[in-house]
Amino acid sequence: MIRRLLAMLHARNLEFIRDRAAMTWNLLLPVMLVFGLAFIFSGGDKNQYKVAVKAESLSVDMQVTAALHPFLDTRFIKFYAVDDIDSIVPKVGRHQVDMLMDLRPDKRHYWINSDSPKGYFLEQLLAASDGVKLTPQTVTGEEIRYIDWVVPGVLGMNIMFSCLFGVGYVLVRYRKNGYLKRLNATPLSAFEFILSQILSRLLLVVVITSILFIGTNIFMNFTMEGSYLHLFIVLLLSTASMISLGLLIAARLSSEELAGGLLNLASWPMMILSGVWFSMEGTHPILQLAAQFSPLTHMLNAARAIMLDGAGLTDLAYPLGILLLMTIVFMALGAKLFKWTPD
Amino acid sequence: MTNILEVRQLRKHYPDVKAVNGVDFGIPEGICFGLLGPNGAGKTTTIEMMEGILKPSSGEIFYKGEPQSTLFKQEAGIQFQSTALQDYLTVRENLTLFQSLYTKHLPVDELIDICSLASFLDQDASKLSGGQRQRLLLAIALVNDPEIVFLDEPTTGLDPQARLNFWTLVKRIKARKKTVLLTTHYMEEAYNLCDEIAIMDHGKIIAHGTPDELLAEQFQDVVIELPKAALANNITELPYTIFNKDNGNVEISSKDVNSTLSHMLAQGISLEKVQVRSRTLEDLFIELTGKELRT
Repeated sequence: MIRRLLAMLHARNLEFIRDRAAMTWNLLLPVMLVFGLAFIFSGGDKNQYKVAVKAESLSVDMQVTAALHPFLDTRFIKFYAVDDIDSIVPKVGRHQVDMLMDLRPDKRHYWINSDSPKGYFLEQLLAASDGVKLTPQTVTGEEIRYIDWVVPGVLGMNIMFSCLFGVGYVLVRYRKNGYLKRLNATPLSAFEFILSQILSRLLLVVVITSILFIGTNIFMNFTMEGSYLHLFIVLLLSTASMISLGLLIAARLSSEELAGGLLNLASWPMMILSGVWFSMEGTHPILQLAAQFSPLTHMLNAARAIMLDGAGLTDLAYPLGILLLMTIVFMALGAKLFKWTPD
Repeated sequence: MTNILEVRQLRKHYPDVKAVNGVDFGIPEGICFGLLGPNGAGKTTTIEMMEGILKPSSGEIFYKGEPQSTLFKQEAGIQFQSTALQDYLTVRENLTLFQSLYTKHLPVDELIDICSLASFLDQDASKLSGGQRQRLLLAIALVNDPEIVFLDEPTTGLDPQARLNFWTLVKRIKARKKTVLLTTHYMEEAYNLCDEIAIMDHGKIIAHGTPDELLAEQFQDVVIELPKAALANNITELPYTIFNKDNGNVEISSKDVNSTLSHMLAQGISLEKVQVRSRTLEDLFIELTGKELRT
């Protein structure tokens, strides 16, 4: 079994490495995106004020209204409800949220970052408004550059496309052109074949992503509060979950057009909802719920928590657990549904 | 001779078609067995069920007297009608890859020799000519030194020279005492290579035996062919059944060629361009299936 597995793994790796166009594109696209975004957003902040609000009668799916406080009627500020104060305070520290208000009767606090110009202006506006006076709480912390925040997103997106299309599309092509049928005539089992494809893609994606991260880090000096080993574990687990999803989508298909459509159907919502480019903070709760079904969401949450907050593996039990569960479910379903030949 | 492979009451039914409808035959060890039939006769479906690629609707398949098992995949070599190989691998790398999938295998050098691959061994397999590609696919079918080799229309689309070369390769396999199951559209190929043939039509075997036995059973005549112009004045008076051919010739069936030719001479018919030939598998095929050969 090991000999067959290694033979298939080697053959698939050779195919990928010798396909120079695909290889170049896999390396070039994320580098272009990282440097392009760094250039575009090097000028500073986006002109949007974000204020998180906690109130007793307010749940996350509700609109924030001026009935709670007259300040909430201020135009051109994005007010949104939150449940958990503790998870928002660090975001104020990182300038991701400009102000946090706790309007509960027994609390009545607000938080701003003392180094943030936006926080300062919001504080002035709050002071000028009527309504109950809130006690200021100060948080300190350096602003996270957009590039630090977006780089896991760019690499995650590259991993997603590479895994979904690199496994899914290739499987469909193999099935359509009869290569799978030929392999089925040998003693190679479906499990051995699938495992070889997963391992091959895992190896290639991990190597390429590591090269990209290390290479761009030399020029960009990304914020890294946590452990590189933990980041590597997230990379392994999230890549495995994406490959398994690609395998599941392509388990029975033999039409490249249909496969392309389904792979796009899976990848585009993930790219939009998972917070690749911008935080999903403050978006509609249904969108946030939908994002929980995407492996990319959990990958980015875990990677950003390690890089920006210095989170350890125990802090990441939820996203890593979900990624592991998704990997097992997708892989088991994909293997169960797998067909060597077209229907 | 014992049968290496045997099928009993093999059926493959789809919702709207009975592709194979109760097929029984055995393939004796060490022979080349030809499975012939027009397009849509059920040949490929039958062969794919025997290869273990397609699940039969019903019926049994026995390999070496036992129901098919994992042993069969280790000991069978298969060349499909159309097969893609992995992109960007050379001929040698393809051989090594497939060799690694089997417990037992022939040395690569021997495969190169049997299938004459030496001149393009390090070429990308996707850039081979039709004949070279078929030789590589045959070599892949032989990597495990199989006991039985399935060749499904291996020479379709090849030029005559490549086809003749391929016949030589099949004869080399036969010389190694391997069993070969061949499907082909070319009756000349079947006659040259096969020790035994079965003709299928509408999902059933309609004839089975050695080519010579089947020809002898079906035909007691020979064919006399001559230009239609030679008969011009006498055509209505001759006591023969005359078939017009597209090439301007006519064919006359005769059970006694000497007396027919004497009679024709007596009628003043010129025999200058006459050809006399025995019945061929192509005649048998058309006689049994009622169809022209189709590619």
